[in-house]
Amino acid sequence: MRDVAIIGVKNTNFGELWDQSLRDIVVEAGIGAIEDAGASGKEIDALYVGNMSGGRFVDQEHIGALIADYSGLSKNLHIPATRVEAACASGGLALRQAIMSVASGYSDIVVAAGAEKMTDVGSEEASSALASAADREWECMAGATFPGLYAMIAKLHMHRYGTTSEQLAEVAVKNHKNGHFNPIAQYKNIITVDDVLNSIMVADPLHIFDCSPITDGASALVLAPAELALKYTDTPIYIRATAQASDTIALHDRIDITTLDSTVIAAKRAYSMAKLRPEDIDLVEVHDCFTIAEICAIEDLGFAEKGKGGIVTANEETVIGGRIPVNTSGGLKACGHPVGATGVKQAVEVVTQLRGEAGKRQVEGAEYGMTHNVGGSGATAVVHIFSRER
Amino acid sequence: MSSVPRFWRNLASRYNLEGTHCKECGNYFYPPRNFCVNCRRSGQIEHYKFKGTGEIVTYTIIRTAAEGFERQAPYTLAIIKLDEGSIMTAQIVGDPEKMYIGMRVRSVFRKLGEGGERGMIYYGTKFVPAET
Amino acid sequence: MKRLGTDALKQSKTGENMTIGIVSYGAYIPRYRIKLEEIARLWGDDAEALKNGLMVDEKSVPDIDEDTATIAVEAARSAMARSEINPHRIGAVYTGSESHPYAVKPTSTIVAQAIGATPEMTAADFEFACKAGTAAVQACMGLVGSQMIDLGMAIGADVSQGAPSDALEYTAAAGGVACIIGRKEDELAAIIEATYSYTTDTPDFWRREGMPYPEHGGRFTGEPGYFKHVINGAKGLLKKLGTKPEDYDYAVFHQPNGKFPSKVAKMLGFTTPQIAPGLVVPKIGNTYSGSCLMGIAATLDEANPGDRIFATAFGSGAGADAFSITVTDKIKEIRNRAPKVSELIKNPIYIDYARYAKHKGKIRLG
Repeated sequence: MRDVAIIGVKNTNFGELWDQSLRDIVVEAGIGAIEDAGASGKEIDALYVGNMSGGRFVDQEHIGALIADYSGLSKNLHIPATRVEAACASGGLALRQAIMSVASGYSDIVVAAGAEKMTDVGSEEASSALASAADREWECMAGATFPGLYAMIAKLHMHRYGTTSEQLAEVAVKNHKNGHFNPIAQYKNIITVDDVLNSIMVADPLHIFDCSPITDGASALVLAPAELALKYTDTPIYIRATAQASDTIALHDRIDITTLDSTVIAAKRAYSMAKLRPEDIDLVEVHDCFTIAEICAIEDLGFAEKGKGGIVTANEETVIGGRIPVNTSGGLKACGHPVGATGVKQAVEVVTQLRGEAGKRQVEGAEYGMTHNVGGSGATAVVHIFSRER
Repeated sequence: MSSVPRFWRNLASRYNLEGTHCKECGNYFYPPRNFCVNCRRSGQIEHYKFKGTGEIVTYTIIRTAAEGFERQAPYTLAIIKLDEGSIMTAQIVGDPEKMYIGMRVRSVFRKLGEGGERGMIYYGTKFVPAET
Repeated sequence: MKRLGTDALKQSKTGENMTIGIVSYGAYIPRYRIKLEEIARLWGDDAEALKNGLMVDEKSVPDIDEDTATIAVEAARSAMARSEINPHRIGAVYTGSESHPYAVKPTSTIVAQAIGATPEMTAADFEFACKAGTAAVQACMGLVGSQMIDLGMAIGADVSQGAPSDALEYTAAAGGVACIIGRKEDELAAIIEATYSYTTDTPDFWRREGMPYPEHGGRFTGEPGYFKHVINGAKGLLKKLGTKPEDYDYAVFHQPNGKFPSKVAKMLGFTTPQIAPGLVVPKIGNTYSGSCLMGIAATLDEANPGDRIFATAFGSGAGADAFSITVTDKIKEIRNRAPKVSELIKNPIYIDYARYAKHKGKIRLG
């Protein structure tokens, strides 16, 4: 296996992009990443794109071909393009496919992109499309919603560990603070714990400010074998681990409702592959689709003891400048959550941080960064570890 | 909410909590599984009708309802551990403010939803507090 | 009081050397109630006058996710729980209602599936206003008596409709009762000695296809509707059997309100104590197809072996079904295995008109 580096990155703005279509945003991200890498389209060997539900959101399948076409990679270059789907983990998984393609030697220069255009449909239709990441037959037919599933995780976490609504709110407050310094973030406004607690209750105990928004956005990365990376950039960022794990599709079938075993196992595999421990990681982008998800994630990734995620957050250990900065991009909560793009956007953020280009949200001296991308309520988890040095 | 054949295929399970049991490992499955997750190919799956009693593992009060469930909001959604050990997701009928983790529940026959005014009506199992 | 021994029962049986009766029964009433005062408050009516006139204090209201099918299933499962019989012995399920959830597609197949009686059996839905449930009982008696089937399940259930501000709104309630009809003497909790029906074409009450609420003839529903048919139905059965009101321990008459059954009982010569156990309408309202069967179920909950029950159901349109029933020793064995009507009436949850309107689907969502 060859070492793999990231040589180019690009996010579009995240938000309600009324003037732009799915193909518009994905081309913007893709071309931007290739420009950032100083590469040309002719050099690209393959394209992987994470997209959860083009069929539901923009009534379009065959997303890989569409994107290759509008990126100018089809008509003359005929570059292979593959759409990757694992619900909200589609982006992370597209990156993993791209890494494996380069590492194996099948390809040299590969684009890993992620995109979701969610606002072409109403919020009810969007929620319904998102709910298809759960068990449609045995969760959704009972009236389950995604906030509802995570609310049940939160309820049990509170019952078992004494986690509070205030601690959940602290996750949103911190992520908005980080988003404030991220130019692409959907929400840059500073909020307070009271703002969260006084917002509309969606599914007890989760308020609307405990939930990530519906977002349009695309992100892209350009990958190269490590030995070729310096030809393109002075600041390649190296992939130290790519790991993925599966768990039951339905939340009720988990061994423990408050633990995402897929995260635990993917993290374990990633740490082992990178020969690193949680204390070696300088920053992490976790999948905070809901505030409780960030609490569980930092526990399951080994940054907090089980049950202590809320306390660790309230103690400001996860802020920029804290023991382990979490979601410097603003996370899914403030930066936005265009589902197929999220896993790629997390990698763009970590690369930006490790390059030292994160501006006011920069984590000083960051050497190792991690991304954690989850599909559904935890049926898929993808964990990547990146480093500044090879 | 669902397609008619897809719902119909599981009708007996939805109406009567009909699931499965693996004679090899002794595990019960509701929702039904025809392939044992523990024993895989060495499993011996048989039909099993659940008693319909259990307790709340965790729950939430859904205030922003799923599509098709708007009329029922607010409603209690719960993960329920059936006495046979199988765990499922279902609604609990009754005052949402009176629910608690560990509450004993029993199954009832209710409307899960309907495909609008013209569509099929989906019937199935919900739960009520056992003491009522 | 004339008591019938087993020999006498064999003389009065429905068919040659055949005793037919109720193997089991089950009732279901939703927990929600709305008081008449609350409905009267909305329309500016005199609640006390209405309560005195109708002899109804409150009525049952289905939950948002309850309809005739769910009520029928709960009643049917109660009947199954009481009898502990193998569901595959049930050869027919007939559900009588005037509020079947589908205009086309049977309620009875839902019930049959939900009690595990399918597929070797027959099923159909009945409609005859408030006596569709007793019509289903008679159909089961015929099939059981002719030995076409082993056991039959007859159900009367409704989530009856009353248009907002209409007089019906004060009484139109929800509930249902299921009866398992059989012929094996050692299985019978009550023997049906005979039944008699009286039918004419009388348009006192109807609901046209696709219409949400029924229309009725006001006072025309009384004399030419309810009273004429109940009296002729009851007298016809008494004549057929050669019995008199005093031969019965209990009597049940269709109860659209409290006044009609009380008045008709007096006209026929039955006493207030005879009708008391079965007169459940003041606390639950008119359960339509469930109404007379609910009275019979409430009476079976209390009756002793050997007691005789006289019952007459009425359905607009119009007709009456009368039954003469004798309770057996078996009743004591089965009746505590499922909730009694009095238990279903207990612990009501009172709701206001807004919640009532939501439960009944009177609010259209955008």
